[in-house]
Amino acid sequence: MSVDPADMFRQEAQELLEVLEQNLLDLGLTPDDQDLIGSAFRALHTIKGSGAMFGFDRVAAFTHHVETAFDQVRKGKVAPSPALIQVALAAKDHMRMLIEQPEQANDAAGDAILKDLQQVVDGVEAPAETAPAPSAEIKPEGLVTWRLRFRLAKDSMAMGTNPLLLLDELRELGQATVTALTDEIPSIEEIDPNCCYLAWDVKLTTDRPQSAIEEVFMFVIDDMEFDLQRIDATPVETTAIAAPGTVQPVEEVAHAAPAGLQKRREPPSAKTAAGSIRVPAERLDELMDRVGELVIAQARLRQVAASSHDGQVKSVAEEVERLVLELRDTTMGIRMLPIGSLFGRFRRLVHDLSSELGKSVELVTIGEETELDKTVVERLNDPLVHLIRNSIDHGLELPEVRLQAGKAAQGRVVLTARHAGAQVLISITDDGRGLDRDRIRARAEENGLIVPGTKLTDNELFQVLFQPGFSTAREVTSISGRGVGMDVVKRTIESLRGTIDMTSRPGGGTEVTLRLPLTLAIIDGLLIRVGSGRYVIPLSAVEECVELSPEEDARSRGRSFLNIRDELVPFLRLRELFNATTAVDPYPKVVIVSSGDLRVGLVVDQVIGDHQTVIKSLSRLHADVGTFSGATILGDGTVALILDVANLVEFGQVREEKLKAAS
Amino acid sequence: MTKTVLSVDDSASVRQMVKLTLSGAGYQVVEAGNGAEGLAKAKSTAVDMIVTDLNMPVMDGISMIREVRKLPNCKGVPIILLTTESDSEKKAEARGAGATGWITKPFQQEQLLAVVKKVIGG
Repeated sequence: MSVDPADMFRQEAQELLEVLEQNLLDLGLTPDDQDLIGSAFRALHTIKGSGAMFGFDRVAAFTHHVETAFDQVRKGKVAPSPALIQVALAAKDHMRMLIEQPEQANDAAGDAILKDLQQVVDGVEAPAETAPAPSAEIKPEGLVTWRLRFRLAKDSMAMGTNPLLLLDELRELGQATVTALTDEIPSIEEIDPNCCYLAWDVKLTTDRPQSAIEEVFMFVIDDMEFDLQRIDATPVETTAIAAPGTVQPVEEVAHAAPAGLQKRREPPSAKTAAGSIRVPAERLDELMDRVGELVIAQARLRQVAASSHDGQVKSVAEEVERLVLELRDTTMGIRMLPIGSLFGRFRRLVHDLSSELGKSVELVTIGEETELDKTVVERLNDPLVHLIRNSIDHGLELPEVRLQAGKAAQGRVVLTARHAGAQVLISITDDGRGLDRDRIRARAEENGLIVPGTKLTDNELFQVLFQPGFSTAREVTSISGRGVGMDVVKRTIESLRGTIDMTSRPGGGTEVTLRLPLTLAIIDGLLIRVGSGRYVIPLSAVEECVELSPEEDARSRGRSFLNIRDELVPFLRLRELFNATTAVDPYPKVVIVSSGDLRVGLVVDQVIGDHQTVIKSLSRLHADVGTFSGATILGDGTVALILDVANLVEFGQVREEKLKAAS
Repeated sequence: MTKTVLSVDDSASVRQMVKLTLSGAGYQVVEAGNGAEGLAKAKSTAVDMIVTDLNMPVMDGISMIREVRKLPNCKGVPIILLTTESDSEKKAEARGAGATGWITKPFQQEQLLAVVKKVIGG
């Protein structure tokens, strides 16, 4: 059976007060007795602590001041003078009153005692504060992704901390990806089983505030390496990515990004200092160039080795090939930046726009950790700014309108980034009014961009939005609707070898999806031959290769359609396109390429094989040739042009329409 | 398996509260009235965790922690301090002695339970 703790406290306090009284009286006789002082302090301390715990708040608040005074005595800063003992005895009586007959206790009397006490201690009036102010709580703000690196003190397990429980707690906060960093584990002879050698890297997506994450580590945070970063929180003015001069490797960016957040003290260990270095961006570009040259040289070596009968040459060539590929991947990895550094900048943009337009907008970012080549990240800024502006300016309605339509007053713009094979998909989704098909159509017909009466799918119709000079916004606002922009967006994305698609539901919002290659410098390509020339098709665009049998060829003559598993795919004869004059290969191949949702077959003479393609841009003179996006140097030193798949697919589709219209 | 928590405090009411809170959640609670008693209990009993006050007669909390950490059966046993704001600077000292964490007095029962669960699990 249990006793009511409050009763227990009353009884205990009574005993403690008696001890206190005895101590105080004895102190009057032997003011230097440290044991007496310690005992008196302990009594006050316990009364305060337990009092607060059992609901005796007035007792606790009052005793707090007396205890503070006695703490000074204990530390030898204040002498236990007769005056002090006098006040302390009065205080003790007041405490007893507060505990036993709280309704009769007079707060004014208590304040007077405290005032006297304070005067005795230092002659200054007692401050009015009682309890310590609660620490400020950071307000949660939707889902936020954090990157947390922590390394517990080596002795933390011996001190009773269980790292697994800490990780479990983190997982309870939200979606966590935990990676253990094992770099500091010594060899097995040196391992002390009581020591914690692991560090952890945690990506945590949670709606809980920063303080909740820190709270997990409340007991160990002072003795550990602890680095908590908001991945998506880059201050607007940050130029870490945009500055042409320097690029910071991923780690550094993560460190530099959340200037607005207070950082845990950085352990100044040599190890963390060596963890990342800053490198000027040009050096990375140079490195990439060199690797590119190396890849070309290696292609030559491979060719030489292939025609050699020397086994040693062959094996060295294979070894070099392997190393070059690894070097290429490592180098490209260095250039990768998380897109979160870019997303972070848009918070400010959204904030400014929402206040300017009187719309309440919430920006949600997902997948900030998705990595992209730094050049791509840099060049994505403007298109994304434009698309977000469009979403907020044209897409989202005013709060009143939204409420009438049964939506939340606050609009929502979601930025998502994720990997899809060798591509990254970035989408900008809003929950606004959606695109007005009829208005777009009317405007497009008015501008002569589409022939009136043409049947168009939504995606086809929305593509006119990317035509130069197209704008449905009747009034040009200061933010968007000047009719420049979407075509520039499209051009930028295409110059990054990406594509752009739009879907929309009336009243439900619009989604713009960008597909971008992971990197710009070196790609995996498919080497093909058309006539006497060789060309490269980016492998990421290739779906499959099929043979064009003579019968099928004959059948399709003039129609240029191929039946690929019951689906009609238009095809282009590259021989005709490139005016090849050599003899026709009796078994032409069709390479099926895709761009967005569209597919086109390219008829080629020969599929040679895969090829590490170092992209060289075309000269200014040839830059506008639509069919090619660049060039590369082959192992034998000849140049192969890289086909611009998006362009060819469009070309093929347009031709298909024409043929359809003609028939 | 029932986990045993050693509660060391010179205040019987605090011990009572600790006991009520933890035994209600399925823990077994062993009590000690000061650091010396606590040390003796830690030696003789297999405890999973220690919750201790700092300011105690006979032997204070920090001395006790230091001694407990020397016991072969108490390596890695979590030790949680019950501290008040006024002895917060003692936290560092206690950590040096081997304390795992702390709870600031006054605390609610739920807080105590949360910390115990955090440190030794449900």
